[in-house]
Amino acid sequence: MIRDITLGQFIPGNGIVHRTDPRVKIILLVALIVLIFCTFNFAALALITAAILGIIVLSGIPVKMYFKSLKVIIFIIIITSLLNMFYGTGEPIWQLGVLKLTLSGIYRAVFVSVRIILLILISSCLTFTTSPTDLTDAIERLMKPLKVFHIKVHEIAMMMTIALRFVPTLLEETDKIMSAQKSRGADMESGGLIKKVKSMTPVLIPLFVSAFRRAFELAMAMECRCYQGGEGRTRMKTLHVHRLDIICIIFTVLLLAGVVLCDIFIAPII
Amino acid sequence: MSIIEVKDLSFTYGVGTPFEKNAVNSLNLSINEGEVIGLIGHTGSGKSTFVQMLNGLIKPDSGQVLLNGSDIWAKPKEIRKIRFKVGMVFQYPEYQLFDQTVYADISFGPRNKGLSEEEIDKIVRKSAKFVGLSDKLLKQSPFDLSGGEKRRAAIAGVIAMDPDVLVLDEPTAGLDPLGRDLLLSQIMQYHRDRKNTIIVVSHSMEDVARIADRVMVMNKGKLEMFDTPKKVFSQAEKLESMGLRVPQITKIMLSLKEKGFEFSDGILTVEQAFSEIVSLLKKEGKV
Repeated sequence: MIRDITLGQFIPGNGIVHRTDPRVKIILLVALIVLIFCTFNFAALALITAAILGIIVLSGIPVKMYFKSLKVIIFIIIITSLLNMFYGTGEPIWQLGVLKLTLSGIYRAVFVSVRIILLILISSCLTFTTSPTDLTDAIERLMKPLKVFHIKVHEIAMMMTIALRFVPTLLEETDKIMSAQKSRGADMESGGLIKKVKSMTPVLIPLFVSAFRRAFELAMAMECRCYQGGEGRTRMKTLHVHRLDIICIIFTVLLLAGVVLCDIFIAPII
Repeated sequence: MSIIEVKDLSFTYGVGTPFEKNAVNSLNLSINEGEVIGLIGHTGSGKSTFVQMLNGLIKPDSGQVLLNGSDIWAKPKEIRKIRFKVGMVFQYPEYQLFDQTVYADISFGPRNKGLSEEEIDKIVRKSAKFVGLSDKLLKQSPFDLSGGEKRRAAIAGVIAMDPDVLVLDEPTAGLDPLGRDLLLSQIMQYHRDRKNTIIVVSHSMEDVARIADRVMVMNKGKLEMFDTPKKVFSQAEKLESMGLRVPQITKIMLSLKEKGFEFSDGILTVEQAFSEIVSLLKKEGKV
């Protein structure tokens, strides 16, 4: 069911990861993702895996939720690792026609799948522990320097906030309309692709109608409260960097140093 | 003869997530053919979940829903057939309208049912008449109608499937008092003509008191009371402890009774109260 989508769902809490400044979280996420792809031997990979598993434990989010977000990409992992397995160079261990299974291919497959898994885990961790409003707030702050290039940072951030805000609402609405049309005997499960697409019309039209209605209502409400863009607007919650954030940054820098040292002193295997 | 029988019905939302919520908890009841049932309960009491299990939109975690004696989930592939027998009008049903004309929209259900064009035409016109939509309106786009007319068109779309059981979730929510009375009396007229079973979910005690043969009271996923409106609404305190209340006129008559007036219990409508007062005055020789 539509309700089961977990990717990008915020789960309220009060752990260390929840309390970290969202700007710091975004920057560290980028840093960690870069690090994930800078691992060239098992020591470096193990180090970053341990660090990310540590963060996940600290996040206090049930492990089940992480598994759910991994489920979505399981096919991508399987396909990419299969492709990589037979794409290595060197002495084949096993051969079937053009398919050559090599040790380097297996290593490559392991690295690729572990990297994808880590990538999903750490990004889910960000969305699980940061509310959409905090997230867009942080993005707006981080993009502020772009104002020099006349990019309307505030407007972009506001659009993102609104879009994110309405994802659950529209999902719920879709669910409701689908139930209503199913109650009128609509058949959405059976039939070929064309029939299935056609059977979505009774859902899509009311959905668009209500999305536009909501948009007009929201625009009206914003105008009533004198919204006129970002110029001169102050915030209710201003973001400050605390000791916790500094600790997080230091931790990431140490991790960075660790991975780089591993890469330098231990021979790369892929 | 009971048309619907519910046995040990339970359902929990979001099992295994932090948002887990037990919505319906081992419900047991039976509803007779041709009855009008009023279903009341506080927000989140499980009313909507319960009615969605009656037409198989939600599959219960445990327990059974028996329609005319057979389990609706006996053949999961044929659950669509159940939906023609148990018609469901959702809250704010006007948001489900989609077709180019009101006529086409009302015919969506009967067409899915596989009726011939002739039968469809007949039943669409009949259903439109029940809810008071004129032939002229049938040719218009549903998006050009007024709020009340849209609501009627949407209800006609469900009635057009000719269901044995009609479930209405808050049919009068957001309508003005006149529209409310009109819609309720149209539903009741339809009930008298078609003699089918009707379940109305409502937050309006007045509406429920007026139309229901029996009232179901749900609280925290459980069935607390299931009796005639007279008996249910005579337990004002118990209802109030569940965040509900009795109809205003019932409350007034109860307070008057406490002040020493000899009124009978369980007065549910203004008309009843009026005749009660008149007869009391007559007894005292003041009229």
